[in-house]
Amino acid sequence: MTRILAAAAAEARIALRNRWVAIAVAMMALFSMVLSATGSAPTGILGADRLSVTVASLTSLAVYLVPLVALLMAFDAVAGEVERGTLPLVLTYPVSRAELILGKFLAHLGVLALAVAVGYGIAAAAAIWTDPRAQAGLPALWRLGWSSVLLGATFLGIGYALSALARRPGAAAGLAIGLWLVLIVLYDLGLLAAVVTDGGGRFTTQVFPWLLLANPADAFRLYNLAASEATAAAAGLGGAASTIPTTLALASVALWPLFSLVLATLAFRRVTP
Amino acid sequence: MTSLTISHLTKRFEGVTALDDVGFDVAPGERVALLGHNGAGKSTLMKIVLGLIPASSGSVALMGAAPGSRAARSLAAYLPENVAFHPALTGLEQLGFYLRMRGEPARGAMPLLEKVGLGHAARRRIGTYSKGMRQRVGLAQALIGRPRLMVLDEPTSGLDPVSRREFYAILDELAGEGAAILLSSHALTEVEARTDRIVILSQGRLRANDTLANLRRKAALPIRLQVTARPDTADSVAGQLAGARRNGVMVDLMCRHHEKLARLGQIAGLQPLIEDVEVLPPSLEDLYSHYSRSEGQ
Ligand SMILES: Nc1ncnc2c1ncn2[C@@H]1O[C@H](COP(=O)(O)OP(=O)(O)O)[C@@H](O)[C@H]1O
Ligand SMILES: [Mg+2]
Repeated sequence: MTRILAAAAAEARIALRNRWVAIAVAMMALFSMVLSATGSAPTGILGADRLSVTVASLTSLAVYLVPLVALLMAFDAVAGEVERGTLPLVLTYPVSRAELILGKFLAHLGVLALAVAVGYGIAAAAAIWTDPRAQAGLPALWRLGWSSVLLGATFLGIGYALSALARRPGAAAGLAIGLWLVLIVLYDLGLLAAVVTDGGGRFTTQVFPWLLLANPADAFRLYNLAASEATAAAAGLGGAASTIPTTLALASVALWPLFSLVLATLAFRRVTP
Repeated sequence: MTSLTISHLTKRFEGVTALDDVGFDVAPGERVALLGHNGAGKSTLMKIVLGLIPASSGSVALMGAAPGSRAARSLAAYLPENVAFHPALTGLEQLGFYLRMRGEPARGAMPLLEKVGLGHAARRRIGTYSKGMRQRVGLAQALIGRPRLMVLDEPTSGLDPVSRREFYAILDELAGEGAAILLSSHALTEVEARTDRIVILSQGRLRANDTLANLRRKAALPIRLQVTARPDTADSVAGQLAGARRNGVMVDLMCRHHEKLARLGQIAGLQPLIEDVEVLPPSLEDLYSHYSRSEGQ
């Protein structure tokens, strides 16, 4: 445990000095402010308080932004050490590769949690400032907050795995951006196209829900939308979300971080210094 | 028990045999120098000893433990060739990290940095350090936790002569406490005075493994007698001793070990013509090329 904490402390310092802390926090804060400002237009949802509406927009934002920030922090983790030549020495210490990865993970997750807290905090403050009823949306915001951190954890692990597979920072960055495009953008487009062609057949009812659950970003969106009627209505995705039990979406959101960390450790074990 | 036992060690990369049936031991308190040209296989051997890369065949044991096992990693310290650190960390932070990785408190970092002469730069980022300073950080981390075996890959490259002397003084202290030291080097002259035994690798093969005195004896390289003649007598001295004139006053004689005394006698016989005589044993460079060329023992 002290070894994991030592690795985390060193990594946190590096993140601070490389401006990653500042960049992550600034990105989340900026986008949250933009959303809060533009979200003031009438939404047409009767009975929905201001914060619940903001949470719906934040959910759509987080699906893009949180994985991106996580991958940007993670892609250099192993490949950067290989390139700098710092890996051989640390691997001769009595520390396991899983402990080294977990140390980096703790530090990066801390940065991500801070960024999410600042960003969502700004959005909540803005909503409550303008609409006293907005406090009703706080549980949904809290849920969005911790599930965002879990989503980030998943993509940190995936980022480490890519970093270990690529072994060169440039290649790792390319892989990370490619994966982000595929999982966050193209995956949904593909599913949409398949559902449209299928026309409500076996694929739509039997396969499609599982494919949604298998993608950590979709599971995250499903969970947050399904857990909150108002946000589901706001996002206009109530149909898709309602066919899948919330617990399954939650299970996917919670299990993906573990799975991705195991992947990262396995990939890191294959790196010979 | 020996600190390090290597036997029949072979390592093949695609197309290259980096190590070919190499075997030797290092005992506690012993300082062994690993010599060899670039590409001889020194770094490869060290990486295998530390468990960073697997051997193709053969065996290595660190006080009975397998390379790369937790036990072995707790016993051994490593200073890699061209050691590198994260440029954003300060020397103090980086060393604190390594201390904690060995289960020791980070407050031990400052005394270690002072020991290697980096106390003044401890709070500066390593990115601002010179190569010699990074090498000292590398040495400092290798001193953590009184290692039983130190594996140092070209540890004095990038150090100035004074730093080298300090460096070897630290090594002597550690060896005095019973640490086994295996170091590779290009600087033959410093190895001469500072190590107990020499292992010569060439093209992945073990060419020699002995004390310097024994290596000298076995190689039986010619000894050079350097005679300084008095002015205007060099030609006659060279003629009478059947030597080669080097310049106006110097005459070189090459002889075998067993001929040495007889030759000195002849020189003494020419005393009125001679200013001085020096006996030059084969240099480490001569020995090194002799053993590097030879096809094993
Ligand atoms: N990872 C590797 N892949 C292929 N060949 C290698 C690798 N590492 C070392 N070699 C080769 O093994 C030989 C020994 O290298 P090395 O141990 O670095 O020599 P030295 O440290 O004595 O200069 C060289 O021919 C080198 O090219
Ligand atoms: Mg080398």
